[in-house]
Amino acid sequence: MSSIDAAGNTKTVIGGHKSRTSALLLLLHMRTFVALILVFTFFAIAAPNFLTTGNMLIISKHVALNAILAIGMTFVIITGGIDLSVGSIVGLCAMVAGYLVLYGIDLNFIGFGYSLQFNTIEICLIVLVVGIFIGWINGLLITKLNVAPFIATLGILYVARGAALLFSEGRTFPNLSGNPEYGSDTFRVIGSGTFIGLPVSVWIMVVVALGAAYLATRTPLGRHIYAVGGNERGAALSGVNVDRTKLFVYMFSGLCAALVGLIISSQLQASHPASGETFELNAIAAAVLGGTSMSGGRGRIAGTIVGAFVIGILADGLIMMGVSSFWQTVIKGLVIIAAVVVDQVQQKLQARVVLQQNAN
Amino acid sequence: MTEAHPIGLSIRNGSKIYPGTQALKNVDFDLRMGAVNVLVGENGAGKSTLMKIIAGVEQLNGGTIELDGQQVVFTDKTDAARHGVGIVFQELNLFPNLTVAENIFVGHEKTRAGIHIDSQAQRTAAAALMKRLEQNIDPDTPLGNLRIGQQQIVEIAKALAENARILILDEPTSALSATEVEVLFRVIGDLRKQGVGIVYISHRLEELIRIGDYITVLRDGAITGSRSMQGVDIPWIVANMIGSASKEFPKTGDHQLGSEVFRVDNVCLPSPAGGYAVDHMSLSVREGEIVGLYGLMGAGRSELLECIMAQHPNSSGQIFIGGKPVKEKSVSGRIRRGLALIPEDRKRDGLVQIMTIRENLTMSSLSDFTRTFHLSLKAEAIKAAEFVKRMAIKIASLEHPVSSLSGGNQQKVVIGKALMTKPKILLMDEPSRGIDIGAKAEIFRTMRRLSADGLGILFVTSDLEEVLALSDRVLVMANGRLTGQFPAGANAADVVSAATPNLNRVETQ
Repeated sequence: MSSIDAAGNTKTVIGGHKSRTSALLLLLHMRTFVALILVFTFFAIAAPNFLTTGNMLIISKHVALNAILAIGMTFVIITGGIDLSVGSIVGLCAMVAGYLVLYGIDLNFIGFGYSLQFNTIEICLIVLVVGIFIGWINGLLITKLNVAPFIATLGILYVARGAALLFSEGRTFPNLSGNPEYGSDTFRVIGSGTFIGLPVSVWIMVVVALGAAYLATRTPLGRHIYAVGGNERGAALSGVNVDRTKLFVYMFSGLCAALVGLIISSQLQASHPASGETFELNAIAAAVLGGTSMSGGRGRIAGTIVGAFVIGILADGLIMMGVSSFWQTVIKGLVIIAAVVVDQVQQKLQARVVLQQNAN
Repeated sequence: MTEAHPIGLSIRNGSKIYPGTQALKNVDFDLRMGAVNVLVGENGAGKSTLMKIIAGVEQLNGGTIELDGQQVVFTDKTDAARHGVGIVFQELNLFPNLTVAENIFVGHEKTRAGIHIDSQAQRTAAAALMKRLEQNIDPDTPLGNLRIGQQQIVEIAKALAENARILILDEPTSALSATEVEVLFRVIGDLRKQGVGIVYISHRLEELIRIGDYITVLRDGAITGSRSMQGVDIPWIVANMIGSASKEFPKTGDHQLGSEVFRVDNVCLPSPAGGYAVDHMSLSVREGEIVGLYGLMGAGRSELLECIMAQHPNSSGQIFIGGKPVKEKSVSGRIRRGLALIPEDRKRDGLVQIMTIRENLTMSSLSDFTRTFHLSLKAEAIKAAEFVKRMAIKIASLEHPVSSLSGGNQQKVVIGKALMTKPKILLMDEPSRGIDIGAKAEIFRTMRRLSADGLGILFVTSDLEEVLALSDRVLVMANGRLTGQFPAGANAADVVSAATPNLNRVETQ
């Protein structure tokens, strides 16, 4: 903290402190990454068995779920919105996946006398479409009917969770081992398979993250997402299609949630209607920890991924050290608040440095 | 007449310096009690500064203020209010969710023991004020239910509730209907009889002549005319407002005007208050022509530009570019057809403040740097740098947030963004608002250069001098309608008269 005080004097002393200010700025800019290294190093020393391959794999599998949700959430938050429904979409999509694996689509009731069965790829596609569809409804409520994002997605949170419970009347779909006859026995690969030594779910996270980062930085759509969050009216007057941009981010968030629903049901070989509860909060936490501004316009995918890892490692490490889960919750909250406070400090410092450069 | 109106407040040798500009230069101003003291001048002439100094919002750098012969210094607005000076700003500072009585006493509530709000006492006092102002407004009505004119009366009541003996009204009629103006004038007349000294600021010259007892004209921070209203006419006011020596504006180039490039036909926009905000407007712009659209606040000029830019889905009428009708319903579609808008409110509509200069410049032209869906950051940066050079924008780095720039440079970014879309028609809404003199001249030179290159420019302004000096043709709007059309070099008084055609509007009620 003393270094921040030193940097506070840069207004009067320009020459000597300039490099120090920019070094501090860089450090603040990378703060989530610094936090990640600190947390990692701390547990590597303090918690036995933390640094084992097995544990690393477990952590990465946990982190992958939250990170995928947080990527979708990051886009939503950058546009100035929020998506509270992702946890429920996870639950509903898991139930849809479980149902399709176990029963297929029963066409008896409309007189066909048989039921449609699907292979793994088809099941995945259907589930993803369901997720995107729910995201689309979120988007429609927000853009066409002018419902505040918080309210619209809160409503869908309940609707989707209720639908998930209705699917099985609250029961769990067990034994999702699939049927070789239909080509759905490979369903378990999504959650428990590995590829070049890494779990498939981690690969999914990597692909989604790279795709999202590309979208954010190298496509007009990505630029529009930032513009809408920064100044919606200004963006609209510049020719940005605001409604379409918002519709996209909620659909993308729904897609991410559907992916997580697939991974969870496959990992557990069972679909439980309550799965995904409170996941939305962890996703928001990861995004905020990674530097996404809740007022919109600011955030990076890389930051969100690192944020998800900080939360994941913190949780895992504390368990390994035998810290009670109650304390874990407290610590997680404090870390999030600290992240936002540091973010404010960085913003102020950065604005000052830019003003100084302009004055020169 | 002078004996009947004692001087209540006077400023001697008053100066106010802001960083970079001198807003008031050795001003002598007398405010007479029991009379309407009219203050008039162009935007930026120093009216607002003078008014803010009287109301204690700003303090003089030099000179003195005397109140009833005693020298005073108002430290802030509350201090001035304690001395009996009240002000009603053009933008009303009211709370639509609170009642009339609550609004009147907000910030200085009548309380019992300093904790419990005495609603009954407030209600009684509010009712008494309404009676004094001869208004039939129930103190318990939520303010949001009142018409704008009534809200203005509530704002006046708020000032009177603090025992204001001096009342400053800043453009009080700009948002009022004809009937509401009459009501306001009656209230002002009553207050004058009660001995209140009123400072009245307005751009509507006929109105000033009708209501005023004394007039003070400001130009560039100095008083150019001050006298009793008897014998004052519009040419006298305009002459003092503008002066003989025109400011440094680029002279009209002698390039040839091309054929008609843009036409607006019968555009209408229904107003939420009833009637039309834009009332069957038609106009045209030729290649290389600068058309100035002059009018007072609320005349419907910005709304017209918004209709052209597809911001009002319920507007009607047609627009043509190069003779072909524009059917596109989206902003991006209209930008593609060659329209570009420089919005009036740079911060709110023109820029995304937290994004970089580069990102703001290219916001409307991203498709130029995109193949399928890949955005070439390199091509984008080259183009942005080119426009920074072309518009002479002073920046340290393209990657700095646009909010770090000065007003003038921000405006250049907005114009650069518009030009990057290669428009055929440039719509500019108050392009010189909120930027310093130097940057203004630069923006005007840019407009000249662009028109010489064949661009058609339609610009909206409330600055009389600006519209006369810059335009190849002057159009005047009032009450949503086109009320005048003048060639370059038109008589200023005629333009002003066209902008306030409602001299006799009372009779139509």
